Amino acid sequence: MKPGHGEILLAEGDPRIREEEERLIEEFRRQLDEGMWAAVPTTNTGSGRREAQLVKTYGDIPTGADRVIFFPRASGG
Amino acid sequence: MLLALLALALIALVLATPIIVREVSRWRDRRAARRPPTDPLEVPLYDPGRERRAEQRARELLRSCVNDEEWAMYRDLGFIRVGGRHARREADRTPPGGSAYAYLVYPHKPIVAYVPGSGQLLSEYCVEFPDLTGSGRHRLPASDDVLAKWMALTSDEDRVIRRANMHLVGRQLDPARVRRDLWRLAEWERRRLRSGNGDAPARPGAQNPRSK
Repeated sequence: MKPGHGEILLAEGDPRIREEEERLIEEFRRQLDEGMWAAVPTTNTGSGRREAQLVKTYGDIPTGADRVIFFPRASGG
Repeated sequence: MLLALLALALIALVLATPIIVREVSRWRDRRAARRPPTDPLEVPLYDPGRERRAEQRARELLRSCVNDEEWAMYRDLGFIRVGGRHARREADRTPPGGSAYAYLVYPHKPIVAYVPGSGQLLSEYCVEFPDLTGSGRHRLPASDDVLAKWMALTSDEDRVIRRANMHLVGRQLDPARVRRDLWRLAEWERRRLRSGNGDAPARPGAQNPRSK
């Protein structure tokens, strides 16, 4: 999510392919270095409710996640 | 000795040249970017449709992330309810199996915490998602703001609440309006239940075993 623009596709690829995964990791790190938060929308296995999972490293991304959403970090308004 | 020093200085200069050239080039680019365009034709044109398109994309993204009920709530009422995760004891959870408290998430307005059972308003949390990379003049589209709050609350409630500025309800939001929204929400759920869309009414945080 980018203020003034909304959703922007930063990178896409198949993490099972090494070159594409490297590109994804690079973009992931770049976003976090810029101060963004990263989250993966998931479904709670217990309640079935939709929720998000914050990820702080590339390795935290759940297997099979189809996207990671980056958004500006929250601050007091 | 002097000759050796001169040779070393020359080598150092040759090695440093690419770095110096690169830095000078970057400095020139930054300076050019800061300089306002002199030609009026170079001024970026205002695109009146950009924000509308951004909001449309944001709505699609929000819809793809939240569940059907939350999406319908946002579409019909303009806010989303998110159940709180914590309760001092199980008996605090109202209704049974639900949350002791919940949040109303509005676009570009503070998050409001309230007690679902009684409708008592607890506090408002002022939180924003500032532009970190750009000029700081823009803000997220309304639906992206709701999604960012939803993701922050459902993933790490404590962190977002810690970062927010907490006030009593009434600082930015009109308590009467929030109470009216709670009444609208109750009516909306009743209608939804009657029409058969609300087989599993979203009790905030229902079946969520986590407690503190």
